[in-house]
Amino acid sequence: MGGWAIAVHGGAGVDPNLPTHTQEEAKILLTRCLNIGISALRSNLPAIDVVELVVKELETDPLFNSGRGSALTTKGTVEMEASIMDGPKRRCGSVSGVTTVKNPISLARFVMEKSPHSYLAFSGAEEFARQQGVETVENDYFITEENVGMLKLAKEGNSILFDYRVPIESCSAGAAATDSPLQMNGLPISIYAPETVGCVAVDSQGRCAAATSTGGLMNKMTCRIGCTPTIGAGTYACDLCGVSCTGEGEAIIRGTLAREVAAVMEYKGLNLQQAVDFVINERLDQGFAGLIAVSKNGEVACRFNTKGTFRGRWLGACATGDQYMLAGIWN
Amino acid sequence: MGWAIALHGGAGDIPRSLPPERRIPREAALRHCLDIGVVALKANKHPLDVVELVVRELENIPNYNAGRGSVLTTAGTVEMEACIMDGKTKKCGAVSGLTTVVNPISLARLVMEKTSHIYLAFDGAEAFAREQGVETVDPSHFITQENIERLNQAKEANRVQIDYTQPIQKEVKAETHIADGDSQIGTVGCVAVDNHGNLATATSTGGLVNKMVGRIGDTPIIGSGTYANRLCAVSATGKGEEIIRGTVARDVAALMEFKGLSLKEAAAYVVEESTPKGNVGLVAVSATGEVTMAFNTTGMFRACATEDGYTEIGIWPSPQT
Repeated sequence: MGGWAIAVHGGAGVDPNLPTHTQEEAKILLTRCLNIGISALRSNLPAIDVVELVVKELETDPLFNSGRGSALTTKGTVEMEASIMDGPKRRCGSVSGVTTVKNPISLARFVMEKSPHSYLAFSGAEEFARQQGVETVENDYFITEENVGMLKLAKEGNSILFDYRVPIESCSAGAAATDSPLQMNGLPISIYAPETVGCVAVDSQGRCAAATSTGGLMNKMTCRIGCTPTIGAGTYACDLCGVSCTGEGEAIIRGTLAREVAAVMEYKGLNLQQAVDFVINERLDQGFAGLIAVSKNGEVACRFNTKGTFRGRWLGACATGDQYMLAGIWN
Repeated sequence: MGWAIALHGGAGDIPRSLPPERRIPREAALRHCLDIGVVALKANKHPLDVVELVVRELENIPNYNAGRGSVLTTAGTVEMEACIMDGKTKKCGAVSGLTTVVNPISLARLVMEKTSHIYLAFDGAEAFAREQGVETVDPSHFITQENIERLNQAKEANRVQIDYTQPIQKEVKAETHIADGDSQIGTVGCVAVDNHGNLATATSTGGLVNKMVGRIGDTPIIGSGTYANRLCAVSATGKGEEIIRGTVARDVAALMEFKGLSLKEAAAYVVEESTPKGNVGLVAVSATGEVTMAFNTTGMFRACATEDGYTEIGIWPSPQT
């Protein structure tokens, strides 16, 4: 085996009532990003560059919850976070509380490569961004009208909205806080669909990398940090594999999900698919999540879990060097 | 089975020539905190309460790099972080970027218990602290003269200093862009298990001397500096960036679970095989009442006790290990 592989995702737990046209837009965007990644891999760009490139693209498009189009905090502002990890030496970089940097994933990469640290946040991260001369904009660049509307609904429903693209009224699977809400961590949650974006890739030299980026939970407390910048939870890469997770942040942190995939490969000798299955089946006792992963052998795996009778969907796309790519919304 | 407790005050290149006036107060503090923890366990307090109690004590002691006595950022300010985790439920709480909260570990516990989130930082964490009515003071409360001197030395030597127990030699080589302190220390932590197998861990720190403003280390990262599940509870110390990439605390538990290693074997593996020498230390307890304190640095301020009467307080490697 061997050869390159790549996977990209934009969220877990989409409500079945998600309008078809939005599903179509998501598929088109994911396919486009996947193609960008595939071209890059074919021209022998290292995996670390590929994952950054693809996630930048996803951040720039307002459709998903990252960069432009990020979910809003309870104050109506955007606070973005991202992390990136390079398998070969397990170098990593994370940022949180980013408010003006156009591409948080690129800032995370700068942290990894140009700072003595692994993780910078809030004013320190913003200051570093200016020192590095990365592209910055006003915070309202990231705010979309749609999200302003969704925040309003979330506040009215007094809940943290995971999927902000489906208005509460039309949701069938979950419920607003007024009738028996789906509970998670004691909080009524209307719909699951965090739409964090991520990309994992392995290049033809067997080097794995992973990158994840998000605006976080709609209506989150300001300065709340989730799983996305947390190495070992939302993002992880080592010699064996690269993993990126999306879903209920708190569950992903408790389950150290991304590291878990690598740990069972390393310590139990499972292959990639077995590891991914194990983690999704056994390590998410509460909480909804999806993950994408690649192995140094050029394999790719994607899984998400469903909670009880709630049938979730998951938006992702993947391809390998010797298989035609597939993009879709998985049930 | 039986209860067990271990705590640390930082791993690093602690020189054997550490002068008595620096060594003795730190050893006394370790003994004092251990006693507090043991008394609490004997009184059947839940390990979560025990680890919080002990770490609060360590935060209040200015000789350790947490709470009062925290090392300073490059701007001369204090930015504290802390994390707490319950093994059975895997519930956890973390905070970063605190500047006025007297006991960061207690705020971390409030994040765990009073919000639907796990991790709050900087302004948001400070605002939450006020909402919760926890004790806050002027930021100057945390700053000690010793740390001002350390920061000055670090700036002169132009690098991030991880060990603050010894002054930097003036003739030290110029910094490479990777901060590579010749010693790592800082961070306090405590792990405990009761005789029902309830496990908990807590870690708290001021971070690295001369760190960039906004730098987050391993302490508040679940799985890196802090982790507990049904098998064990772990608190790590050392060079944060290495602990993060090594997912140290999680790995101890993972080795036990997936490779069937004992607590001691798992901890030894992590500090001897998985992380670079001179960078990492940890304390851990298992659900069955075992305890281990492992480090690949010159020393680690540490103390532990178990129900069957074993006690250890130390800085450098013990002769019997």
